Amino acid sequence: MSASVLKYAGQGLAYAAFAAFVGYFATHPLYHHLGPDEALLRLSFKHPGQPVGECRQRTAEELAKLPPQLRTPLDCPRERSPVRVRVELDGRVVYDEAFPPAGLRRDGAASGYRRLPIAAGRHDLKVAFNDDVRVSGFTHERAATVTVAPGQVILIDFSPERGGVVIR
Amino acid sequence: MEAWISIPAALGAPAAGETAAPARAVRALERAFDRLFGAAANPLRQLGALAFWFFWLVAASGIYLYVFFDTSVAGAYESVERLTREQWYAGGLMRSLHRYAADAFLVVTVLHLARELALGRFKGFRWFSWVSGVPTLVLILAAGIVGYWLVWDQLAQFVGIAVTEWAAALPGFGPEMVRNFIVEGAISDRFFSLLVFVHIAVPLFLLAAMWLHLQRITRARTWPQRGLLWGSLAMLVALSLARPAVSLAPADPALAPAALPLDWFYLFALPAMYASSPALVWLALGGALVALGVLPWIVRAPRPPAARVSAANCNGCARCFADCPYAAVVMREHPDGRPGKRMAVVLDDLCAACGICAGACPSSTPFRSGERLVTGIDMPQLPIDRLRAALERALATGKRLIVFACDHGANARALASADLAAFGVPCVAQVPPSFVDYALRAGAAGVLVARCPEHDCEFRLGSRWAAERFAGRREPHLRASVPRARLRVVEAAREDAGALAASVEAFRAELARLGPPPAGRRVKRVATEQES
Repeated sequence: MSASVLKYAGQGLAYAAFAAFVGYFATHPLYHHLGPDEALLRLSFKHPGQPVGECRQRTAEELAKLPPQLRTPLDCPRERSPVRVRVELDGRVVYDEAFPPAGLRRDGAASGYRRLPIAAGRHDLKVAFNDDVRVSGFTHERAATVTVAPGQVILIDFSPERGGVVIR
Repeated sequence: MEAWISIPAALGAPAAGETAAPARAVRALERAFDRLFGAAANPLRQLGALAFWFFWLVAASGIYLYVFFDTSVAGAYESVERLTREQWYAGGLMRSLHRYAADAFLVVTVLHLARELALGRFKGFRWFSWVSGVPTLVLILAAGIVGYWLVWDQLAQFVGIAVTEWAAALPGFGPEMVRNFIVEGAISDRFFSLLVFVHIAVPLFLLAAMWLHLQRITRARTWPQRGLLWGSLAMLVALSLARPAVSLAPADPALAPAALPLDWFYLFALPAMYASSPALVWLALGGALVALGVLPWIVRAPRPPAARVSAANCNGCARCFADCPYAAVVMREHPDGRPGKRMAVVLDDLCAACGICAGACPSSTPFRSGERLVTGIDMPQLPIDRLRAALERALATGKRLIVFACDHGANARALASADLAAFGVPCVAQVPPSFVDYALRAGAAGVLVARCPEHDCEFRLGSRWAAERFAGRREPHLRASVPRARLRVVEAAREDAGALAASVEAFRAELARLGPPPAGRRVKRVATEQES
């Protein structure tokens, strides 16, 4: 075999090796994000907590001192409550956290995100939210029995318009 | 009497034949590829040019895909699927080419970085090219990651969720970004338009960064050799046809696929994040980038003095400006105030101290009269005057064979003998061709110039310029009257000391056959305009 043929064969091999390297690692090895019998529990919400204090009725004198555009009858604190979330899965507490309101003045919405791989199958889920520091315990609760297949996602959300705690 | 003049210590580079282990490994691999591809088409010697080529392939295939892409939540997946299935021969091929060229782009960029690191080409005057290259890694990764979102299949959904989970660890980013990818209806058509905008804008920034990266080199090679260009294109097309890029099932917030065909080149950080923590991956990647960025100041090399210009001896010919491989010479108005007259000015921070400019200067001719030879642009650590004096001393003590060799090429030190004087220079292009004429007129039987192989030049263009000057194709050229049989220009890389010695022996035998040089050719120094 002539030297040039060997040379071209070597070049072909080098190209093939590079292509194989790129082609393989572009999709392989498969990444196992979850185990074969696992599902995913996600907690995700964005919700402004209640004001940390009671609103107060302004007196007529107080209103008169304010610029006209700011003369609202109620004087409410800007700061909002943190949102406390407690999640029980099959009687075991998996999350019990307070998520602070956003903003330098703590007057924004609280938001949170957690993910937890769980075994596929039937689970008892109990979720409670408290968005008001003036209330002890929880302001919204929901319990459900869910059956999840491998690779399925259960999402815990909070939406006052949809009745508070949402599990889907 | 000096039979060897060399300044490797001043240059901060390894002396001929002395190379660090990583550099030796890289050089061994490159030389093996030289034999396979030929030096001119060796992919390892043009990784930067290949990176540019793959970038343009990604851009061209991306433009095609964009024509058919529907920037809406409902339409994105379907439009990509239609492209892949209904026109597999064009759209499908372009999609696969887009992916694999992007992967190849990242791979050759990382190899380019690793090569320069191993060869120690990141410090000293090269700091700017090194530092400006580091951000391109971030931009390449960012462009690629956003590209995976656009397909809007289950992999895109995973990438979107994982990236936003990762970003949530940074100050200023909150966990609410993740909601875009996990809550039904949270994502809007406008969001897809934004993604497309980012996927186009980031590569434009990348192109600007690549342009900046080349600012301190002249005649940058941004296209690979033709054979390599077509060969790499054929390789990517073959790969695209053999393993076409396909989508997973459409994104569905209710599902989290257990096994994903991840592109490990672009998405390696996401599994690392789930295996450790988002903060740890940020720290690791950020730390690695910062370490790369400050490397030139951690591993410092002594910098030899930059070239110096003598205004009185500079006629403004701009040959040094044209030949400098690092844009370190600029032409400015001459201080003598004559209208239109210019002179060279050296930008010290950019100067590699290679001496190519001194070799290009028409004033560097040793035939000039004067006890001290002051040329237009010169190297303080090895002035042309010192080279001429050493040559004259060598010839006066009976040396009849003169060797000019590059300090970064084959070690010529061992060649010195009773009749041979070897002169080491930072780059063989520092030796003006007139030195050959001068040596032969002064009694030398022959002159051998050992240059590095053209694609192995430490200073990019020096070996090429030297070859062209000695061949009469570039100024300053060797005079036609110089007997070519008494000049030999050979290529000798750092590992070719044995071959260089053999070349010298063959040349010595050839000179013996030619007999003694013609009588009556004696040196006559002439006064130049500046000296008269």
